[in-house]
Parts: sequence; C-alpha cells; structure tokens
Amino acid sequence: MSTPALELSGLKKSFGKAEIIRGIDLSIGKAERHAIIGPNGAGKSTLFNLITARFAPTAGTVKLHGENLAGLEPFQINRKGLSRSFQITNIFPKMSVFENIRCALLWSNGYKYSFWNIVNRQRQLSEQADAILDQINLLGRRDLPAGTLSYAEQRALEIGITIAGGADVIMLDEPTAGMSHSETDYITDLIMKVTEGKTLIMVEHDMGVVFGLADRISVLVYGEIIATGKPEDVRGDAKVQEAYLGAALEEEH
Amino acid sequence: MDLILVNLIDGLVTGLLLFMLSAGLTLIFSMMGVLNFAHASFYMLGAYFAYSISLALGFWMGLLIAPLIVGVAGAMVERYGLRRVHQYGHVPELIFTFGLALLIEELVQFIWGKNQMPYDVPDILNFTAFAISGNSIPAYKIFMIFISVAIFIGLLYVLTKTRVGMIIQAALSYPRTVEALGHNVPLIFMGVFGVGTALAGVAGVIAGPVLGTFPGMAFVLGSIVFVTIVIGGLGSLWGALVASLLIGWITTFAKSYNIEMENVLNAIGIATPENMDENMFRDFWSLTSPQIADILPYILMVLILIFRPAGLFGKRTQ
Amino acid sequence: MNEQLKTDPTKPAQRMRAGGMTITLLPWIIAIIAMLLLPKIFTNNSALTIMNQMSITIIFALAYNMLLGQGGMLSFGHAVYAGVGGFFCMHIMNMSDFFAAMPLPILPLFGGLFGMGLALIVGAFSTRSAGTVFAMISLGVGELIAASSVIVVAFFGGEEGISGDRTYAQPFFGVEFLQQEEVYYLTAAWVIISAALMYAWSRTPVGRMANAVRDNPERAEFLGYSARWVRYYSFVASGFFAGVSGGLFAINYEILTEENLNAYSSGIILLVTFLGGVGFFFGPIIGAIVFTLVQTVLSLQTELWAFYAGSLFVATVMFFPGGLAGLIMMHVPAIKLGKWRLLIVPYFKTLLPAAIGILGLCALIEMIFHYRHGATGDNEMTLFWTTFDSHTIMPWIIAGAIAAIGIGIAKMTAPDLKDAWNEANTMGGQS
Repeated sequence: MSTPALELSGLKKSFGKAEIIRGIDLSIGKAERHAIIGPNGAGKSTLFNLITARFAPTAGTVKLHGENLAGLEPFQINRKGLSRSFQITNIFPKMSVFENIRCALLWSNGYKYSFWNIVNRQRQLSEQADAILDQINLLGRRDLPAGTLSYAEQRALEIGITIAGGADVIMLDEPTAGMSHSETDYITDLIMKVTEGKTLIMVEHDMGVVFGLADRISVLVYGEIIATGKPEDVRGDAKVQEAYLGAALEEEH
Repeated sequence: MDLILVNLIDGLVTGLLLFMLSAGLTLIFSMMGVLNFAHASFYMLGAYFAYSISLALGFWMGLLIAPLIVGVAGAMVERYGLRRVHQYGHVPELIFTFGLALLIEELVQFIWGKNQMPYDVPDILNFTAFAISGNSIPAYKIFMIFISVAIFIGLLYVLTKTRVGMIIQAALSYPRTVEALGHNVPLIFMGVFGVGTALAGVAGVIAGPVLGTFPGMAFVLGSIVFVTIVIGGLGSLWGALVASLLIGWITTFAKSYNIEMENVLNAIGIATPENMDENMFRDFWSLTSPQIADILPYILMVLILIFRPAGLFGKRTQ
Repeated sequence: MNEQLKTDPTKPAQRMRAGGMTITLLPWIIAIIAMLLLPKIFTNNSALTIMNQMSITIIFALAYNMLLGQGGMLSFGHAVYAGVGGFFCMHIMNMSDFFAAMPLPILPLFGGLFGMGLALIVGAFSTRSAGTVFAMISLGVGELIAASSVIVVAFFGGEEGISGDRTYAQPFFGVEFLQQEEVYYLTAAWVIISAALMYAWSRTPVGRMANAVRDNPERAEFLGYSARWVRYYSFVASGFFAGVSGGLFAINYEILTEENLNAYSSGIILLVTFLGGVGFFFGPIIGAIVFTLVQTVLSLQTELWAFYAGSLFVATVMFFPGGLAGLIMMHVPAIKLGKWRLLIVPYFKTLLPAAIGILGLCALIEMIFHYRHGATGDNEMTLFWTTFDSHTIMPWIIAGAIAAIGIGIAKMTAPDLKDAWNEANTMGGQS
C-alpha cells in the first residue's frame, strides 16, 4: 500500500476555550480529488490553515507523503510540494499579472534567493509563466496590475499562482466563492484542467462544483468529520442528509 | 536612603511627564493604528503658546488656554491632513506625521526664533516645598506630580466610567461595528486625536518652565516618547504608565549614581587590561552610567523588541 | 477572452526581450553622457561640490529606497549604515601604510563592506517583521549608534569627529585627486556603477520577491519564500550601498562627525526619497537632485529654506504620494494616447498663476519673518531684486495682491485643467 499524499491524525485546534477542530483523522490518496464540505462555521478554513501551518495545531499531526510537518514554517511546507489558495483573494495587487505568476515559479525553478540572475533574461521562466497565463486564460491581461482585474479573473490568477510552483498537492479554499454561474463553470473547468494527475483538496460550497469534481467527499460539521466517501455514498448518508446536505441540495434544485 | 527618596521623586516627575505624552500617543495609536511622530511637536506648541499667553494673561490662563488651542490644532491636523493621507496606507501616514514634526519645528522657529524663551516657573510656585537632608524639593515639582496624577485619574474615569469612554473603547477594537451602531467614528477619531494632542499640550505647558522652551524641545523628548509606548506595548494605557515610570526612574538613577563600567566589569570577574591607552575598547572601559543614561531607554527598547515584540503589556504584534 | 487563447504564449516574452535591451539602456547612456559633460558646463568648484553632494545623496537615496519602496520597510535610522561605512573609510585613510598602497577609487568599496557588515548584524533581528516593529528597531539602533559616537571617542572621534587626507592614497593612473574635478569623476563613476547594480538587483529573483513580500508577505511564504530572509537580503544590500555613499562622503569632505549618523540625517534621506517618489526606481534620483538644489541654492537666498522644504514635503505626502516620479509617470497614459498636447495650454493657464501666487505668498512669509526677527532699525529688505522698507504698508499690499490674484486665477482655471486632463486620458475622441 502506498503512502497517502496527505494524512491527518487526531488533529485538534482550540482558540481559548472554543474547540474549533475536534479530532480529525483523514487520509487522502495520491491524485485524488477530495472535497471538504460542511455548513458555515464548521471549521473548514481553520482545517486548511492547520494543514498549511498558518496556525499551529493544539494536538495531532499532519503528514505529507508520510513526512510529519510539525514545526515547519509555511514556506518550508510549500517547498515540500504543498500549495494552497485562499478564500479571500490573496494576490500581489500592485504587481503585474505576469509578475504574480513568475514570482510563484521562482522557488520551484531553483532560483531561491539568488541575486546573480536577471529574471527578464531567463527565457525558460518567462515561457513557463506565459504558458500558465495561457492555461488560466489571462494572457491578454499579462501586463496589467493584478489589482485591476475583475473578481473572477483574480480568482483565476489565485489558482494560477497556486499551481505555478508545480506542487503535487493543491489545496483550494472556496475557489468559486462569490461567482456567477458562467464564471463558476469556467473556474471548474480550469480546476479540472490544471489539477490533472495531482492531489486536490478543496473546500467548496457549490454542490454542483463538488459533485462534478470530487472523487471523494468529507463532510465537516462542528469540527468533526461525520462522513467520508464517494459522492454518491455521501449523498445517501442519513447523517449527512440530516446535518447539512439535505438543505443544501434542496436549495440547489 | 535620603538620596534614593530624592531620586524617586525626580524620576516620578520625569515619568509622569512622559506619561502625559505617551498616554495620548498610545490612545491615538490604538484607535487609528498610526504612530504620530509629531506628538512631541504638540507638546512643544503647548509650551510656546502658554509662554505667549502668560506674557499677557499670566501662567494660569496659559495652563488653561494653551492646551485647548493645541487640541484644536491637533483636531484640525487629523481632519484636514491625516484623514486625507489615511487612504494611502500606514507608511505614508507615518511619513506625514514625520513631515509635520519637521514643519512644526520650522514654524516655531519662524514665529518665535531660535533662542530659548524666558518662560519661567510662576512666582507663586517658586519656593521650596520641603527638603530631604539638604536636598530641596521645589514646590513646582509637587505641582507637576499633582497635575499629572489628576489628569491620569480623569482620563481613567472618562475611559471606563462614561458613555463616551465606552464608545471610544469599543471603537478602538471594532470601529466598523461602532460605526454601524450609528456613532460617528470619524468624529470620535478627530476627538481622540484632539484630546491626545491637548494632553501633550498640557505636558508642554508645565514642562516648559523646567526643561526649557526652545525649538529643539520636541526633538529631545519625541523619540523617547516613542520608545516609551513601544516598551509599554503599543496601545496599552497601563503599559504606557509603567514604561514611563520605568524610564523616568532608570534615567534619573543612572544620572545620579556614578557607576563606572570598570567597576562593573571587575565585579563580574573581568580584570582591567594593563595597557589601556592602546586598547581598542578603552572608551568602553571608562564608561559611566550618567554618560549612557540617555541611551538606556533605547537599549531597553531594542531588547524588548527582540525578545518580546508586543511590549510589556501589549497584546497585538503587528 | 477566447481570442486570447489563440495567441502564441511565447510572443509577449520575446517582445519584452527584444525591446527591453534598447529601451532600458537608453536612460543609462544619457545619464553617463550627462555626467561626463556637466563639469565642462559648470566649471567652478562650488558647482562641482554641489554635484558631488547630489551624487552621494543619489546613491544613499537609492539604497534607502531598496528598503522603503521595494521592500516596504520604513527605516528611521538608515544614516548609521552610511555613517559607519564612512567612518571606517576615514580610519583606512589614516592607516598610512595600507592607504598608501591602495588606489583611492576602491575606498568606497570598503565603506560598502563595512556598512553591509553592520546591516548583517542588525538585520538579523530587525527584519523579522516589517511595519512598526521594524521602524522602531531602526530608530532605536540608529539612536544607540549616534549616541555612542560621542562616547566611543577612539572610533568616532567624539564631538570633532575624525578627519583624514585622501591624497595620501596611491596615485590612480597618476591621478592624486587634488582637484575637485578629479573627485567629481570618481564620484560620478561610483554613482553610475551603484545605480546600475541596484537596478540590476531589483530585477533579480530576490529583488522581485522583495516586491512580493512588500505587497503580501503571507502569500510569499506560501510560494516557498521566507519573508524574513527576503527582507534580510534587501536590508543587507541596502546597507552595502549606503556604506558606499558613506565612503564617497569621506573622500569628498575628508571629515565625518556625529552628524553623519544622527536621526536628522536619517530623516533627511527619508524626505529625499519620498519627495522623489518611492514607486519608481528613478524616483530617489530625482528626489536627490531636487533636494540638493533646494538645500544649496535656496539656502543661499533665504533663511527659511527648511520651512519651504518641509512644506513641500508635507504637500507631497498629502497630495502626491507618488512623489515627483509619480507626477511624471502620471503623464505616460496621455503621451501614449498622443493627447498630451491638450494639456499644454491649461497647464500654462493654471500653473503659471499658481506659481506667481505662491511666490507672492513666500514674499509675505519673508516679510513677516523680517518684520519680526530683523535687527531693530534695519527696516530695509531685499526680495526678488527689489529693496524696500518692510515697515511700510505698500509692499504688504503688493505682495498680498499678487498672492491673492495669482492663486485666484489658478483656482478659476483649475476646472478647465481637470477637464483637459480627463480628455487627454480618455481613449478615442478627437485628438
């Protein structure tokens, strides 16, 4: 049996007396597309922040490809091949769209903190960045400041930044939040395209996106996972129906 | 023992004076997130205004009117300057107050000239209150302590017991919510800025006669006030009080006790090198505590920032 | 958006590479030619001194902007890196045997290395975060070092500072740097080299990431970069170039004092950099040139120059946070649209009266100053080549009228300028 891409065991997080994440065990296999759903305030974003070391867990461990991530800084985790996006768009607004992507490429291309390379001269780097811009349909916006893009375009850029570094585990936090139907379809296709062959973990509210993309789904309610499984199993699960999905599905249709 | 008591009183005067400045500064910081570099400039304006008023109407009217003028000037600066710069972000705000400090200093030189003003302790307070084994304590120092403590108690009362104080405290942490509840947050900001600068004005009025009223007085005290609120913890009123007193006492004691570095080093077991004249560190060996008294607060601040960036009582780290 | 899908992804990159070389080299070539020719036009020694001072300020301001503009770090104590570099250079000048074997032009390199050395130490704890904590540590360290300059006499020379003689260096191809002009060319060469290196730095991976960390340190961390290390590299590099400027100061003035370290100098460089504009690489260069001119030329004309400089600075922060460079770059869209000609007449109509009005205002300020602080009995003052008695009413009326009319006209024509501005920045329409 191969080691899972991401493995959480006994993960807990409290803020003062409030226990937000109450013991999570989850194993996500390689090249799996995994969606985490749940009502508002269930702790989905907190879970993301725990995995990527934005917060330190109160208890429990996170393992990436079998390696314990305890005590590592976010940038160290990123270097191990885990990359994430944010729920609230988190880009470099004053830099051009192209620069945003290029910055995301630098570390994985081995430039590190070098001050002897001139980035404009690195042909391969520019080509790579342009290829990603092409992939996320932003080539036409290449030289605009990222802050001037439309909301959907900024979300696409956010995904572009997240995948650019070539990480094999991609975590997306509500990639379609606040989008219209056509924009959602565009982003869904985009996610499908760019995560081919990679492990994807996403938090998402839009059930259409979730059931369209995910191989497996976990339902998070009040800091605990009440069900994990294939979309059709989760859809049929009585507990899930009761807690959350029923209402959400009704809304959907 | 008696000397210690004298120094305790002197340090208390310095500390409370610092506190009058740092209290306003830390309130302004916690409300608007901006460190007002020009804060000590308002202190200087207080002294100069009070001097000019005292020529015509006497010291007491100066004490009454000058802080009001300074407060209004501060509120105007907030309304027409800072609020405009606010949209560009924190760094331009900081730079704006820095430029304002330069400008006020030039303005003061423009109006009053470069020389020290003959602004003196009023005759009615110009006597010795009591003496401790030959060291006389002037009544004016007791007066300064009295004024500072009264202001501190007043401030504490307003902030914790009145409706306005409640709104201010709420606006400190949740400006958006307070605004949604129908309070005019920009007006509160302007008010706090005005009151903070008025406090600095009071400090200027009462410090002017003892520390001197000259164009460099803001510069002398300005960065120390900064250091105080950083040590105390940005935004913490209690921290500002503790840090002010701490700095007041440390500098006073360092100045009055002549501790030599050589003795300190010998005491911890480091022998004095033989050939002092050619030693690289000869100046280090001959250091005395009065020499470094004025830089002790900076040393303290750098250490605090390295080991406890939030300050003694601070909750937030940027 | 579909149409863009078909574009060849390699094309923009090629366009950038092809055009990039010629476009980016042109300003440098112009700058080099200008610097070579300037001493032929302004031949007297005081002009050379002013230009040297400009050059030193340019390097220092560019180094400062590596922190403020590119890295988002606001320092209130950057003078110490220039100053310490300069002091070390002074000590090297005084090490007669070593100095006699060293050509003078390489001395600033040592200044840079020592400035960098100090930055290596201080940066280790100060760059942990940007923002207020960084600003406060920079202030504290700056004050500490400035204060210790009076205490550590062996190194800093106490109140008098330390001095040396540059001509004891080994002659550099026969040049002994006795002439001011020779020093000018030495300084000019260092300006070009330093500016080019700092520009190149901003194009390197670590320089690019400095921008990213400035805008959004957290996101940068999730891209594999430690924000702290990126800041540290910028800080150390900035310390190096600040040290170079300190070394050049040592060569030019042959004396360093506490003034080179204190908070005033640190404040001035912040002022210069911000005035020029932190958003563009060339901003600090403009700032250094303008400020040095204001400082040297204006200070000969009026005692109140610092008051005017301060007013200019506060006005810049309030109305043009992009600085002078931002003001210039604001016009790029209009030029690109080919409609900049629309602006000429409205500018003329608004800015000329405004300038005259401001001069009138300055005259009033000068008169008040003279009235209050002039020696008793000395009622005569000279302003704008006119001598008059500041204690009579007429000059006040004239100056007041000029100020009011000038500013009044400017206010009247300002809406037209605004319309013209909008028109010039809108695509299409008649041009």
